[in-house]
Order: sequence, then C-alpha cells, then structure tokens
Amino acid sequence: MTEAIARPRRPWIIWGPLVGFAILVAFLFVGLYRDPREVPSPLVDRPAPAFSLATLHAPQKVVSTGDFAGQVWLLNVWASWCVSCRVEHPLLMELAKANVVPIVGLDYKDKNPEALAWLEQHGNPYSLSVVDADGRAGIDWGVYGVPETFVVDKGGVIRYKHIGPVTAEALQQTILPLVQKLKGS
Amino acid sequence: MSALRLACVALALAAQVALAQPQPDVAFEARLKRLEGDLRCLVCQNQTLADSNAPLAEDLRREVRALAVAGKSDDEIRAFLVARYGDFVLYRPPVKGTTWLLWFGPFALLLLGAGVWFGVVRRRRHAPDVAPVHDADAAARARALIDDPPT
Repeated sequence: MTEAIARPRRPWIIWGPLVGFAILVAFLFVGLYRDPREVPSPLVDRPAPAFSLATLHAPQKVVSTGDFAGQVWLLNVWASWCVSCRVEHPLLMELAKANVVPIVGLDYKDKNPEALAWLEQHGNPYSLSVVDADGRAGIDWGVYGVPETFVVDKGGVIRYKHIGPVTAEALQQTILPLVQKLKGS
Repeated sequence: MSALRLACVALALAAQVALAQPQPDVAFEARLKRLEGDLRCLVCQNQTLADSNAPLAEDLRREVRALAVAGKSDDEIRAFLVARYGDFVLYRPPVKGTTWLLWFGPFALLLLGAGVWFGVVRRRRHAPDVAPVHDADAAARARALIDDPPT
C-alpha cells in the first residue's frame, strides 16, 4: 500500500514545465532586443523592381533600373520632408566622396523645388536622383519608412535592405563589405 | 404651373440618379473595406489599412482600389502586397513551413496537456482511494470513529 506514495515522482513532471518556461524566457529575451519596425523584405535576393523615372536635376531625362546593369549600386530612398534622412546624410556624403559605389537617390513623395533646395543646403551625395512624386515606385520597392537603402548587384538583384537611417556601424560592418564582395564577383 | 411640373420632373430624375448610382458601388466598397481590414499598415503596425491615416496607408488603399477596379481578385491583390511587403501585411498569416508552429503549436500543446491529464487520471485510478495511514494508533482511532461515529 505504501509504495504508491514512496515511489519517486516522474522527473519530467517537474522538469517539463521548467524547460518550457526557460524556452519562453529565451524567446522573450531575444524579442527585447529586436526592432519590430524592421520587417524583413521579401525583395532581398529578388530582381530589383523596374522603374522609369525622371531625374531630379534634369526632369526631361528618364532613367530606368536597366541603366545600372553591370555595376553594383545603392538605392537610397530620401525626401526633403524626411527628418531622419538628415541623420544619415553626412555618412552618405562621406561615402560619395570615397567614390566606392554609386548612390542613386529615390526622391520619395517630394516636391522638386524643395528637394533641390534640400540638396543645395545639405550637399548632394547622389550620382543622380530620380523623382517618385506619387510614391508608386516606392510601393514596388516595398518602401514603408524613409530613409531606406538597398544594395543592388551587377545582375540587378537586390542583395540587402537597410531600413531607417544608415549608421556608421551598418555601413562599415555590413554594407561596404557586401559591396566589395559583390564588386569582386 | 409648368414651372412646378418641371421641378417635379427634375426631382424625379434626381431621385432616379441618386437611387441608381450607389447600388453597384455598395458591394464593391464593402469588398474593399473587408480586404483593407485584413491588411496591415506598415507604418502604424497595429492598425489595418482601413483604419490607418498614414500617408502610406492612403497610397496603398489607392493601389488596392486601382487593382480592384482593374478586375483583380482579392487573392491577386493580397499577392501584390505580399510580394512587396512580405507576409507581415497579412493579418491572417498563411499556412506554410515557417508558420506551422504558429498554426498548429497551440493544438500540439492542447494534445500534450490532454495526454498529461489522461496519464495523471489513470494513475490516480490505480492508486488506492484511501491514503495509507502509517501510525497504527491513528488507524485504530480512525477505525473506531468510522464504526461508532460521534453524534
């Protein structure tokens, strides 16, 4: 009669919930340090969406994505109304000066005179900027938070997307090494 | 008199126009509303496309409307947005390899819980109903109480 009580309880009854709790805590802990605003883009490793847009400085000149074939380039989505674009702007200026990779600007939902004045005031890091006045190209590129920066390889495939202002860290550790690698391939 | 008649005709015509126009639109608007209610605005992430006032949401609503007017089905419109923004735009995540745990995890946990519960109940059934009493003295007193309950 007494052995029913004396029998040791099965260990998983105690350890099971504890292990489950530890897994839950691990997930929540990782979640603490992740930015919910950074939504992974389905466009990475896909061909860059085609656009044919007028350039900002010469509105009669139309540029399309095919014009950049054969080179590695960055597409930086910006606007004169975009406050955090000013944060990354000095870095883009430096990058342009280093002449490592052409930066193509996508002037997103902006007014041309204001965009031109903004570049006049802060400096123009872009090889050229195309005008996406109604944001249609932005939708094709999955833009939802300006500024955004894409790395496009020689074959016109998007290799990386950075959401929000480019940081020195992201530039040095991710974007530039990737650009060098893509240029070599 | 003729002015009154003219007014009546104008009124009748206006009523006809007013009644005839919205009928095909109501179903269409309801469809758009339903579709937009299932899509997430990426700027204010906990709002649907229908609820959000963000400029991007306005643009995407315009895009959804244009696609619907062009005769695209709801699935085609959803695919259009998923191709650009990922599954995150869908409030109802699709069932696929990476979401199996999300969809079926709760049922697996339920089954697991049912299994544990079943095991515990079965073990209890096999165990004796009465807790064994070690103290012979106490057992004797208990026996006495059962045989001759105090009134």
